[in-house]
Amino acid sequence: MNERVRLLLEIADDELILGWRDSEWTGIAPYLEEDVAFSSISQNEIGHARALYELAAAELGTTADALALDRAPEDYRCAPLVELRRLEWARTIARHWLYETADAVRLEALKSSSDPELAGLAAKIDREELYHRMHAEMWIDRLLAAEEGRAKLEEAVLELWPYALGVLDDELRPVFAERARARLPFPLPDVEPVTRGQHTAELAELLEEMTSVRRSAPGAEW
Amino acid sequence: MVTADAVWAALGEIPDPEIPVISLVELGVVKDVSVDGDRVRVEFTPTFLGCPALERMRGEMETAIAALGAEAEIEVVMDDSWSTDRITPEGREKLRAAGFAPPPPREAGEPALVQLQSATHRCPYCDSAETRLENIFGPTPCRSLRYCTSCRQPFEQFKTI
Repeated sequence: MNERVRLLLEIADDELILGWRDSEWTGIAPYLEEDVAFSSISQNEIGHARALYELAAAELGTTADALALDRAPEDYRCAPLVELRRLEWARTIARHWLYETADAVRLEALKSSSDPELAGLAAKIDREELYHRMHAEMWIDRLLAAEEGRAKLEEAVLELWPYALGVLDDELRPVFAERARARLPFPLPDVEPVTRGQHTAELAELLEEMTSVRRSAPGAEW
Repeated sequence: MVTADAVWAALGEIPDPEIPVISLVELGVVKDVSVDGDRVRVEFTPTFLGCPALERMRGEMETAIAALGAEAEIEVVMDDSWSTDRITPEGREKLRAAGFAPPPPREAGEPALVQLQSATHRCPYCDSAETRLENIFGPTPCRSLRYCTSCRQPFEQFKTI
């Protein structure tokens, strides 16, 4: 697997798995507006994953569906941050904001890539991600506006911070950390990142559920 | 022999699968058409990557070109060449008449939350500018939800992309 395919799969896996996690709010989010928002964000993220998988699939001689659904759990390249099952609102918002902030740093770098396909797709994805960032920023403002929200956000961000640092590589991580520290009114410690390549037990459970329909009828066209 | 003009005209007859008041050409997703004998090449620049209508748009373009007696080659352009600024003036007016507020033009720089929250978006029903943002997200990726405080009507606003 070359460097380009590795990068495509990392980002595609992040977007697919986070898209799945976001879809877990469909029908049960605390407000109807947020039910709609997380469902829509999920749809976008899975659309991004598909476009990225298609580029990788063209090089590997396979299909986007096969990459998304037929690999062994240990072959997924997603960051542990997106695997965590966090059906609790403060943690969901904390992860959403941390991921979108890190993803923006990654997309900025990709948009200036010398690879025209990657740069073009990153620019397209970024136009949609802008709305995810607006949504996440709005929620940070909301939670910081009252003491209870601020305390819950701080607890959730501190728990997820090592995972968030693991979304980016050594080169881009400092830019992300600087932005996060500039935005949040509480200190973020220097910690060892929980990096890609290791997986949580929650990923295996997620894949079991996500691939169950496809495994039920191998080779079927849906 | 089929001409590029005939292809544009045929594609202009295909309604958007989700908002059928507007055609694919008015939506701006057809970037280029070129004809070589009985082969027609269309550059298709999709709207939102997660939009389920994309496959259907592609299929309907192939069918329309086949009906002209030509063979279609649809090339999907995966860059940021589609923007809501590509929606034609006729398309924007049709959206408004159908109750969808058309997307404000992209300004220099990116759309920002402060603009979405401003009251400058007009209600497609009563034309009042007294509207507020209800939700950045709506029933499809391309739309936000707003509320008109003048005529008390919720409405769908196209996102500027």
